[in-house]
Amino acid sequence: MSTRSDLPAWVDIGLIPALNLVIAFIMAGLVVLIIGENPIKALAILLGEPLFSLQGWCNILYYATNFIFTGLCVSVAFHAGLFNIGGEGQAYVAGLGAATPGLILGGALASILPNALSQPITLLICLIGSFIVGGLWGLFPGYLQAKRGSHIVITTIMLNFIAASLMQYMINRVYRPTGNQAVESRAINDAYIWNLREIGNLFGAKLPSTPLTPVIFIALLAAFAVWYLLWRTKLGYEIRTVGANQEAAIYAGISPPRIIMITMMISGGVAGLLAFHEVLGPQHKLLLEYVQGAGFVGIAVALMGRSHPVGIVLAALLFGLLSEGGTQLSFEIQSISKDLVVVIQGLVVLFMGALEQAFHPLLQKFFRQES
Amino acid sequence: MARVAGIFGGGVFILSHLTALNRGMTPAIELINIDKRFGAVHANNNVSIAIAAGTIHGIIGENGAGKSTLMSILFGFYQADKGECRLRGKPEKIKSSTDAIALGIGMVHQHFMLVEPFTVLENIILGAEGGALIGPALDKARAALKHLADEYELDVDPDAIVGELPVGLQQRVEILKALYKGAEVLILDEPTGVLTPAEADHLFRILKQLRDQGKTIILITHKLREIMAITDRVSVMRRGEVVAEFDTSKTNVGELAEAMVGRRVLLRVEKTRAKPGNVVLDVRHLTWRDKKNIARVDDVSFNVRKGEIVGIAGVSGNGQSELLDVITGIAKASSGEVIFKDQPVGIKDSPAELRKRGLAHVPEDRHHRGLISTFTAAESAILGYQSNPALGKGFRLNRDAVVAQSLKQMQEFDVRPADPHLKSAKFSGGNQQKIILAREIGSNPDLLIVGQPTRGVDIGAIEFIHRRLIELRDQGKAILLVSVELDEIRSLSDRILVMFAGRVMGERPPSADERELGLLMAGVGKEAA
Repeated sequence: MSTRSDLPAWVDIGLIPALNLVIAFIMAGLVVLIIGENPIKALAILLGEPLFSLQGWCNILYYATNFIFTGLCVSVAFHAGLFNIGGEGQAYVAGLGAATPGLILGGALASILPNALSQPITLLICLIGSFIVGGLWGLFPGYLQAKRGSHIVITTIMLNFIAASLMQYMINRVYRPTGNQAVESRAINDAYIWNLREIGNLFGAKLPSTPLTPVIFIALLAAFAVWYLLWRTKLGYEIRTVGANQEAAIYAGISPPRIIMITMMISGGVAGLLAFHEVLGPQHKLLLEYVQGAGFVGIAVALMGRSHPVGIVLAALLFGLLSEGGTQLSFEIQSISKDLVVVIQGLVVLFMGALEQAFHPLLQKFFRQES
Repeated sequence: MARVAGIFGGGVFILSHLTALNRGMTPAIELINIDKRFGAVHANNNVSIAIAAGTIHGIIGENGAGKSTLMSILFGFYQADKGECRLRGKPEKIKSSTDAIALGIGMVHQHFMLVEPFTVLENIILGAEGGALIGPALDKARAALKHLADEYELDVDPDAIVGELPVGLQQRVEILKALYKGAEVLILDEPTGVLTPAEADHLFRILKQLRDQGKTIILITHKLREIMAITDRVSVMRRGEVVAEFDTSKTNVGELAEAMVGRRVLLRVEKTRAKPGNVVLDVRHLTWRDKKNIARVDDVSFNVRKGEIVGIAGVSGNGQSELLDVITGIAKASSGEVIFKDQPVGIKDSPAELRKRGLAHVPEDRHHRGLISTFTAAESAILGYQSNPALGKGFRLNRDAVVAQSLKQMQEFDVRPADPHLKSAKFSGGNQQKIILAREIGSNPDLLIVGQPTRGVDIGAIEFIHRRLIELRDQGKAILLVSVELDEIRSLSDRILVMFAGRVMGERPPSADERELGLLMAGVGKEAA
C-alpha cells in the first residue's frame, strides 16, 4: 500500500517481496523442523511436485484463478482507501447469483435453443448474476461506511459470518432437492464450464485430470479491466483521488460517499466472479464452503502484489503454487497437514503486510552508499 | 602542589572559556561544510554557518533553499552526507533528536508537535516522564513552569488542554517544552506563519528576552520584515548554499531580498486602473454556522465585478476560509444567498457543478486540497476537471491528453521542472502553486477565487503569480482574493474588504492607510476608525 519509497523501483517491487518471501520460507522451515521432519525435503515437495508436472501447473493456474479474483477485490477497495476483508463472504453469497440462473433459466433456454447457444447465454447471465450479487454484498458495508460511518473492516468481517449462515440456510432450505442427503443443490448442467481435460478430450488430446477451466482467461481479463478502470478512466481517477485525499476529492467536486459505494460494489462484484468460476466450473453445483479461504488469501495476494493488477496476477500464481504444493506435501508427509501452507501464507502476510518496511531502512542504507 | 595547580589551571581554563563564550568568540553552534543530497536534489551544498552564543541568528531564503534541511541536520532528523557540527567548539555527532535535546538544542517546528487532548503540563513532560508514575514529574514541571513563566513572560495555564488554546499559546507551550528540557539553543522554524501580528510581536518580545538571558536563537523564516525586526545577524540561503551573511544593523530589506533571489525584486505590482463591469458574484447576507452553532461567517454581503480584484484582508481564522468554502460549494450556507452570474447557488450545486458554470478556485491549503501529493503532476493538474470531455470521451481518461495538457500548462506557467510525470510532492511550494494556478486559470473561468496565493511561495514565484492575476483581471475576469498578507492584498486589490470574527468590518480602497486597515483587522469598528 505504501507508496513512499526512495529506493529504486526494482528493489521496491522486486527485491523486497522476494526477501520477505525467503524469510517466510525459512520461518516455515523452522516449523517443519519442530514437527520433526526434514525442511529441505518438505521444500522440495512443496515446490518440486507442482512445478515439474503438467498437472501441477494446471492446478496452480486453477488456484490462481480464484486468487486473482479475490486479490483484485481487495486491491480495488485499497485504491479508494478501503480495507475490504469481506471478499470471502462476497464470493460466497455470489454463489446465489451464479447458481440461480443456471438452475432456473438454463433449463428453459435449453428447451428452446440448441445447446451450443443456450449454454453460453446462460453462462453469461450467471457471470453477470454472480458479479451483481457479490457486488450487492459489498455495497452493503460500503453504504454503511459512506452514510453511517461504520468502519468497513468491522462490517465486512461481520458480513463474512452472516454470509456463512445465510448460505447454509439458503442451500439447505431452498437449493437442496427434497430427499437429498447432501447439503447442496442439484447439478447445474445447463451452465456447465468445461475443465481442461474435458476440452482436451474434444480434440482427442489426453490431458491430466485438473479443475482448471478457461475461466483463468476471464480472471486475466478482469485484471486488465481493473487496471484500465483505475488508471484509464475518470471513475478510476476519482476512486484513487478519494483513496489518496478525501479533502482534495471534496474540493474537486467528487463525492466520497458515492465513490465509496461504487468502489465497494465493484470490489464485491470482482470477488463474486470466484463463485462463477467455482460453482459452475469444478463443482457444477452450489455447495457449502466452496470459497475455502480464497477471500482471505486475496488479502495476502493484494498486499504482495502491491495492489497492482500485474503484481496480483504474479502473487496469485505464487499462492497457487503454495496451495498446490501444500496439498502434495500433506499427501506425501503424513505428519504435515495442509495447514502448514496456511502457516506459510500467514508468514508471507506477516512479512509482506505487517513487516513490509522491516528491511526498508537496511536496504536504504545499502543503496545510499552505493549511489 | 602540582595537583592543586592542575585544578587551579583547569578552573582558569573554564573561566576563560566562559568569558570567551559570553563575548561570543566561541560560537554556540558551528556547522562546517555540511553537504546533503536527496536523490538529485542538492539540498545543502557545502554550507558553513557559525552562530554566536547569546544572539538571535536569522536564516532566510526562498522555499526550497535548504534552510529546513540544514536545521533538521542540526536537530538530528537527517544525517549530513558530509560535514561537521560543533557545539561550543566541540565536534558532536547528532544522530537523533534525543541527542540534540541532550546537547541542549531545542526546536519549535512549524507544525507543532503537541498532543492536543493533553494538558500543558502533560505536554511539557512528554519524553521526560521519569518513572512509572508521572505524579512527581508533573509536580517538578509545575514548579519549573512557574519559574520559567516569571523569568521570560511565558505565561500559560499549566492545566489548560492544549487543543483548546489559541495557536499563539500552543507555540508558547512548544517553547516552554524546549526550555524545560534545558535548551540553550532554540531553533524556530517559520514561527510566525500561524500567528496574528499581535501574537508575533509578543513572540519577538519573548525571543529577545531569551537572548538577553544568554540563550542562542536560530530563526528560520522567509519574511524579511521579521529578520529586520529581531535578528542580530542573518545568513541568506539560496539553492542549498549560504550566499551572504550580514549584521542585521548593517543591511536593509532590499539588500536581503536581492541576496535571496539573486536579483532586484519589484515588491510592488505595476497595474493600471481597474475597469469594473457587471457583477459576477453577489453575496447577500451570507451566514454559515459550525457544528456548535457559532456563526463563523456572519451576515456577509459584498460583490465582485468583472475586471476587478476584490481582496479580503484579515487575520487568519476570522471566517475567510469558511466564506470561501460556502461560495465554492464545499460547504452549504446556513442562511443568505450567493448569486453567481445572475443565478443563485443552490444547496444542490456541488463544487463540480460550479466549476462547469465558470467558477475556478485556488484553495488556501494546497497540500490538503489543491493537489494530491502521491499523484503525478499531470494527474494533479486535472483535479476537479477530470470529467472534462477534452480529456477523454465518455468514461475514459486519455492519458496522452492529460499529459499534453499538463505539459502545456507547465510551460506557460514556467513550472520547474516541467515534467508532468514527476510526483506532485516533489515540486517546491512555488511550483506546486503554479501547477494549481495553471489548472484553474487554464479552465478559462469567469470568476477566480484565490486563497493565500503566495503562502509558502518564494519571491520569484510571488512576482509571477501576482502578474498573472493582474493579467487575468485585465482580461475582464472577476477575482476574489483572500490573503493574510496585507501587502499582497494592498498591491493587488482594487477594493479591500476586511474580515473580523466572521463579519465584514468595512470596505476600503487599496490606498487606505495601513494603520486604518490594521485597526479594522483587529476588530476596531467603522465608528472608531
